[in-house]
Amino acid sequence: MTATAPAAHGAAHDPGHGHAPHRNYVKIWGILVVLLVVSVIGPMLGIRWIMLVTAFGVALVKAYMVAKNFMHLDIEKPIVHWILLVALALMVLLYGALAPDVQKGAGQGWKKDAGFHHSFVTSKPHEAGGHEKPEKPEPSEHDRP
Amino acid sequence: MSVKTIATQRASMNIPTGRLAVWWVLVSEIVIFGGVLVSYLMHRLGHPEWGEQAAYTNLWAGAFNTLVLLTSSLAAVLAHQAAEKGDGPKAARLLYLTILGGLIFLIVKSFEWTHEIQEGFTLQAGGFWSYYYTAAGLHAFHVIAGMGVIAWVASSAKKNQELHRVENVGIYWHFVDIVWIFLFPLLYIAK
Amino acid sequence: MAEIAHAPDHHPAHHGHAESNWFIKYMWSTDHKVIALQYMFTGMLMAMIAGFMAYVFRMQLAYPGMNVPFFGHVSPEQYNALITNHGSIMVFWVAMPVLLAGFGNFLIPLMCGCDDMVFPRINRLSYQLFFISAVVLVVSWFVPGGGFGGAWTAYPPLSAVGKYNLTPMGSSLWVLAVALEFVAFLLGGINFIVTAMNARAPGMRAFDVPLAVWMIVTASLLFMASVGPLIAGAVMLLFDQNLGTGFYNPTRGGDPVLWQHLFWFFGHPEVYVVLLPAMGIVAEIITVFARKKMFGYKTVIYTVVATGVLSFFVWAHHQFVAGIDPRMANVFTVTTVIISIPIAEMCFLYIATLYGGSIRFTTPMLWALAFIAEFLIGGVTGIYLGASGADIFFHDTYFVVAHFHYTFYPIAIIGTIAGITFWFPKIFGRMMNETLGKIHFWGTIIPFNFIFIPMFFLGLSGEHRRIYDYTHFPDLATPSMQALRITSTVALVIMLLFQFIFIFNFLYSWLRGRKAEKNPWRSNTLEWTADSPPPHGNWREMPTVYRGPYEYATPGRDSDYWPQDERA
Repeated sequence: MTATAPAAHGAAHDPGHGHAPHRNYVKIWGILVVLLVVSVIGPMLGIRWIMLVTAFGVALVKAYMVAKNFMHLDIEKPIVHWILLVALALMVLLYGALAPDVQKGAGQGWKKDAGFHHSFVTSKPHEAGGHEKPEKPEPSEHDRP
Repeated sequence: MSVKTIATQRASMNIPTGRLAVWWVLVSEIVIFGGVLVSYLMHRLGHPEWGEQAAYTNLWAGAFNTLVLLTSSLAAVLAHQAAEKGDGPKAARLLYLTILGGLIFLIVKSFEWTHEIQEGFTLQAGGFWSYYYTAAGLHAFHVIAGMGVIAWVASSAKKNQELHRVENVGIYWHFVDIVWIFLFPLLYIAK
Repeated sequence: MAEIAHAPDHHPAHHGHAESNWFIKYMWSTDHKVIALQYMFTGMLMAMIAGFMAYVFRMQLAYPGMNVPFFGHVSPEQYNALITNHGSIMVFWVAMPVLLAGFGNFLIPLMCGCDDMVFPRINRLSYQLFFISAVVLVVSWFVPGGGFGGAWTAYPPLSAVGKYNLTPMGSSLWVLAVALEFVAFLLGGINFIVTAMNARAPGMRAFDVPLAVWMIVTASLLFMASVGPLIAGAVMLLFDQNLGTGFYNPTRGGDPVLWQHLFWFFGHPEVYVVLLPAMGIVAEIITVFARKKMFGYKTVIYTVVATGVLSFFVWAHHQFVAGIDPRMANVFTVTTVIISIPIAEMCFLYIATLYGGSIRFTTPMLWALAFIAEFLIGGVTGIYLGASGADIFFHDTYFVVAHFHYTFYPIAIIGTIAGITFWFPKIFGRMMNETLGKIHFWGTIIPFNFIFIPMFFLGLSGEHRRIYDYTHFPDLATPSMQALRITSTVALVIMLLFQFIFIFNFLYSWLRGRKAEKNPWRSNTLEWTADSPPPHGNWREMPTVYRGPYEYATPGRDSDYWPQDERA
């Protein structure tokens, strides 16, 4: 038979949701479509910041609505909220930590504002963030001790 | 052959096991897609000239596909509603509509990509395009996998079996929809 | 919150099928115990291969140019492939499957009082994917060009461009094998997490769960959270290798440092992913053989969680000399040094657990104690490396190699053997031989130190890693340094020879050992209440839990232990 056990958890009755009434899903869909139209019209107005706001703002709103109304995240157990939030926070951390290196660097060359002229290439000890040392034109081997 | 263990039917956290598992699947997917999208974002912001390449993506195809996925998500959640009422056959029909949505999405995408490749915008054509095909391709892969799983769930549901799976597979599908909701502006609108 | 343990199909052992044929029962099983053994045996086999690889390249280092017995002459490309695959195998195909998947699969349902995992078929699928990943890796050694030789860290452009790495097929297969292994462990991890969260025995609250389970589940969480970006990165690397994209190519708008970041964002939490199960195993052993409660059980859990969180903030200490902004390096120095605190604290808590205990020096206990001692050395030497200034000198030297072997070896080898010797009676229903166990122990631990202590000194003298032949480096080819290299190699050979004692003990005990009772070590945790070995479904009647897992030497009781399922 199906997975319905006589105990509280089974196929048709989710203990997590209780018996929350279903919302009007078609209405939600309608709002989502309207938002989609807004985000498509946005770029046509030609103003960059409006385009960005409609595009990404709408995306955020749409995602929120899908998550809340279709995935029923608003009545889901708190632990689920936590694990999703942590995952998202990790992605923010990933961006925040990598961007100074990867985004700024543009992938070309190793010239960074700070540090490059400090002589990793000489063999003298020195303090980072200090003054310029006279450049020694040594063949650079940055993994030589 | 069903392998129903006692373990599967317990609920120490008061969430049905299957649904808890799907949320964990989503956590792992958030970090996978997050990895691709964070990498893309950093490069896109660091290379303003990519905006010129992005101008060649087909906004209407993207918008239409967004509509298609939103509609298929609607079908999925209506299937969940039917399943909760115990109407397996109806849930299965709605799930088949969801799959149809996925199929239309993929068909539109194949036309879109064929056209772009013929124009010379290949995977190797430049940084933007590499990310474009990789991110959307990864997404499409998840659409295909999702369609397969939905079909499997529907085949049980129409016999009024394992109806709890309808909700769980729907949650996965809504996530796939949400990823596209973000891909759309990232790849199509921001130019 | 009391769950009904008996669902309508309450009898776990009847799955309807009559005694299946050998193939179904052992190769196609969904039983967590069988799957655990599949992972363990695969992992142990891969360990032998990787150990052999270490033997070969160390012989080359000690006696450059020699014809290595059982291998032959080692070419530079082969050397690179050997060190790359040694590292990759030990991390991904030994430590992960044995510690996480093997012990995790075996212990979690048993320690939580379940009949199996919550998703037995996905469990089987995860092993099958893992097995395929191992096959793909082995195949990569036999394709034209040979196995990938770009180091287990696979930095582009070396890893991305066949013209540079000379192993175009091998390098793609390597990436594919790693990616498959990641997917396998994601699937397995979800099983572990959901089972431990949701399927505990009636009465088992969160803080009644044994530390081994807490640690394995936390490790699975860390893995899941950290591997995603690297899966993305691996796909991008595969595309760069085979489809002509330029994700990591600066001339095409990409960035090689992106790979480094994605790799290490995963790579650092990964070391805690393998550390935590080992520490969990040690926790179980020391409480049983000191007949004492865990000192600070809750503290250990909070510390583990804190470590897990912190582990996401230290990764760039692997990139101090990669050209990152030195201000970034400062930040990561601080976080790296901070993360040593919770780990050290856990070691202190373990020592405090031992203090005042009634200690039995059984073989598992010896291994557990050795873990603590050796890992402390590894941890302390990590602090030298965590200081970015010192790391400018130490990076890419043998000091690093010695450091991570002093951490990884206790994790992957000492922790594993501790776990095997401890749970062998439960898994196989037989007792291992104590005398052989102790000989094996000393014959492993003493040589182990002689392998890696010389490497600290070699590193201090400036010996670079990943060099095939030091005779080309006059200031590194001095007789005293070469003597240290030879010492390392000789110690390795001795250590490897002693492993045959373990293999013999393992096989002999499995086939002919003294039959084991249910609870030979008189432990509290639930797995010891099942038969040795447990049947399919684990118990005829599922247990109920009344107390925590470490009620040893409770005052006022006759018995010095108090099983979790025993009614008061």
